[in-house]
Amino acid sequence: MWQWFHKLGSPKWFFGIAGRLIPWLGFGALILLGVGIVWGLLFAPADYQQGDSYRIIFIHVPSAYLGQSLYVAMAVAGAVGLIWRMKMADTFIAATAPVGAALTFVALFTGAVWGKPTWGTWWVWDARLTSMLLLFFLYLGVMALRRALEDPENRARASAILTLVGVVNIPIIKFSVEWWNTLHQPASIKMTEAPAMPASMWVPLLICAIGFHLLAGWLILMRMRNEILYRERRARWVRDWLLSQ
Amino acid sequence: MQPESRTPVTLRESGDGLIRAGVTTFRRELLIAFREKQDVINPLVFFVLIVSLFPLGISPETEFLRDAGAGIIWVAALLAILLSLNMLFRNDYADGYLEQWVLSPQPLAMMALVRVSAVWVASVVPLLLLVPLLGLMLHLPAERIGVLTLTLLMGSPVLLLIGAIGAALTVSVRNSGMLLALLMTPFYVPVLIFGTGAVTAFGQGASITGHLAILGAMLALAIVLAPLAIAAGLRMSVANG
Repeated sequence: MWQWFHKLGSPKWFFGIAGRLIPWLGFGALILLGVGIVWGLLFAPADYQQGDSYRIIFIHVPSAYLGQSLYVAMAVAGAVGLIWRMKMADTFIAATAPVGAALTFVALFTGAVWGKPTWGTWWVWDARLTSMLLLFFLYLGVMALRRALEDPENRARASAILTLVGVVNIPIIKFSVEWWNTLHQPASIKMTEAPAMPASMWVPLLICAIGFHLLAGWLILMRMRNEILYRERRARWVRDWLLSQ
Repeated sequence: MQPESRTPVTLRESGDGLIRAGVTTFRRELLIAFREKQDVINPLVFFVLIVSLFPLGISPETEFLRDAGAGIIWVAALLAILLSLNMLFRNDYADGYLEQWVLSPQPLAMMALVRVSAVWVASVVPLLLLVPLLGLMLHLPAERIGVLTLTLLMGSPVLLLIGAIGAALTVSVRNSGMLLALLMTPFYVPVLIFGTGAVTAFGQGASITGHLAILGAMLALAIVLAPLAIAAGLRMSVANG
């Protein structure tokens, strides 16, 4: 276990492992998302209340879920980076922030597209929508901070501290926004209580969710490999690898 | 020098040394604030200007201002604090004072807390003194102005403490104002919600103890945790500036 953990700190080892994982993740994502999305969008039964518009959940739910969990993953990496000074932790944050921001944006966008026919409006100041919007800004903040700091060591420590501060604050933000919402608009449009889903709906959703995880993993590992190549550009093994390509 | 003879002395001194260093830092900040009056006055003028934009931009009607007044004042105070953050450690970073601070034997987190409290006294308290006046201009009833001032009294230290984390992280960045605003605004949302929520609840005749308790909890949490993050940020900025 610890040996594996130590190996994780070596860019060269990680580069190799990531290279071997990438095709699995990529093809896995392609197959699962292909099956899940086609099944969900074409063959799953229509909802008796929302009709076909509910089908957006096959994209919306996995991206919203990942958008949230990737921030927590970044904070874990931040803690690892601060405590063990592991270089790969910062590579992970660098690679993950744009992916997480993109998925959060996808969740917000698909939510708006779904909201228009269902609620009759693109945007509601609903607790969940607002906290996702703030999460999106938290991602942008991490990216802006990274862009602003030039020293790589500084950038690593600053983004680790910021993601940790963020992860402490996320529950507070979420709770406060929920409180604020119930206080100000108790009788506004409510999400129709979805009936317990039949298997013909949740199985494609599950497939899509796994597919999205693989897709995110694929994107993050690809970006991490790029980042490693750039950071280690003066190392001999990078030159050897590039020449062998 | 023998290490055995040195250790007890430093240990002993660090106790009173911390208090002495704290008092000195506190006085130094106040002294700087009084000598550089413009740095204190600018955010105040900005605060009043922002508040005066709302009647001009939306509506000068009494009912609107009475309903929105507390929110307007809260947002303006938040912006005034937010935009003064980038000066929080800027001069100390430039003249090397921060480096001495990091090197000093006193715990950096405690010193950061002292520092932020001094800044709060020097530049946020004057802002709070203006709140009753602005409240009157926005036609807020007197009791509601009282509640508003109380929530700002509890909320503004939280804003400053959280903002100081961002200021510590970006002290080496040139023109960090906009970056800081982007970084810190999401963290300000809970404070704003409970601050204005208390005033709204009071206006509706509801109890505000819940709001105040949560504001107090946020203040306690910020006092305990934020100095650690500020210290980590300062240490990082000084080490690799």
